[in-house]
Amino acid sequence: MKKILNVTINGTPYEIAIKPKTTLVEVLRNELNLTGTKRSCNAGGCSSCSVLVDGKVVNSCSVLALQVDGKEVTTIEGIADGAKLHPLQQAFLEHGAYQCGYCTPGMIIAGKALLDENPNPTKQEVKEAIAGNLCRCTGYVRIVDAILATAKKLQEEAK
Amino acid sequence: MRDFEYIAPKTVKETLDVLDEYQEDCKIIAGGQSLLNILKQGLMAPEYIIDIKNLEELNYIKFDEKDGLKIGATTTHRSVEFSDTIKEHYNVLSEMERHLATVQIRNWGTIGGNLCIADPTGDVAPPLLAMDATVIIANKDGEREVTVLDFGVDYYETVVGPNELLTEIRVPVIPSNTGIAYLKYRIVEGDAPIVGAAVAFTLNEKGACKKARIGMGGVAPIPIRAEKAEKMFEGEKITDTLIEEAAKVASEETTPIPDIVASAEYKKRVIGVYVKRAAKLALTRAEKAAN
Repeated sequence: MKKILNVTINGTPYEIAIKPKTTLVEVLRNELNLTGTKRSCNAGGCSSCSVLVDGKVVNSCSVLALQVDGKEVTTIEGIADGAKLHPLQQAFLEHGAYQCGYCTPGMIIAGKALLDENPNPTKQEVKEAIAGNLCRCTGYVRIVDAILATAKKLQEEAK
Repeated sequence: MRDFEYIAPKTVKETLDVLDEYQEDCKIIAGGQSLLNILKQGLMAPEYIIDIKNLEELNYIKFDEKDGLKIGATTTHRSVEFSDTIKEHYNVLSEMERHLATVQIRNWGTIGGNLCIADPTGDVAPPLLAMDATVIIANKDGEREVTVLDFGVDYYETVVGPNELLTEIRVPVIPSNTGIAYLKYRIVEGDAPIVGAAVAFTLNEKGACKKARIGMGGVAPIPIRAEKAEKMFEGEKITDTLIEEAAKVASEETTPIPDIVASAEYKKRVIGVYVKRAAKLALTRAEKAAN
């Protein structure tokens, strides 16, 4: 039997009828066509499906959608300011911090969660924050650089 | 995943009533960071899922100098990691949480769920064993307190009955002159540990060992204590030689299950190394606390 889920996604409230076994990533991709969030391992092991729930980064494949009832979800589609990219998105572009792009939305969301909590992280803290986000193309150097550069830029802008 | 009926009780009392009604036909989900994988693989197909993730009644961290620490079962790993109370009085738990799985998992997964899924490699149990922690298990007629040592029954199996709910974790006040450390072995950050060792030493006024506790994960079907090795320390001055000998005994007390990552023989060997390292760190911390 379907249940009603009330959730705010990227600022828009939704009321969706879903089967209780539906995971959050399935609601995002299959019900709402928000395919920026990538489903990869579907077992909490790669974090490519990272989204923010009430500001905290979680694996949307490992969250029962009904558990976010009444909460706010932010996906990669919700972080740009209109046509203006989020500073992290811009930095990933400038640093070439991606290849196939499959891990990129999750990396950016994990990076955003870190910078929201800790605006001035050390390199080690960045590495720990994205430790669960697997990139299988190349490495993490440019990704770490992009997050650190964003932190620096946001700090300077805040002055 | 098979379909199920979903029930999200609003209170602990309601949860216990629902559990009593459905018993073997239901499973409890908290963060679901392990359970969802089990359901996706079809290893379990309960008719009802009882969701306690948003039970705020069980989301708390309390401390007082008499009863020690009380953590509600649905408290997330991340809340434990960042709690100032825990950093001040039980820092080993904060250290353990900082490296438990990944940020994503720590943000949604709960400390009670980690214990109840009873994966023998779980990070939470070894430090709790080293601190003589207990858990409160409730059913609709009342509650009982069980030591973390007696909590596990077998691989992925605990003493929690079909109509019961783990509601709280309790850690006694840490005696003065105590040092505690938890170290684990795994391939990369974010992986489950292969083995883990938590050691607690309490020193007497002469600097000798008054009490020793060694909790180990990943080396038996359930988390265990190295009770023979613990006894070797008690009353003795802790030296590198004694640590070395006790670590060998601790290793002999294990019965690891071989898996895709490591053979039983390998785990037996590596746990000795980790008991040794954790013991040295715990000793340094105990000496610092005593000075």
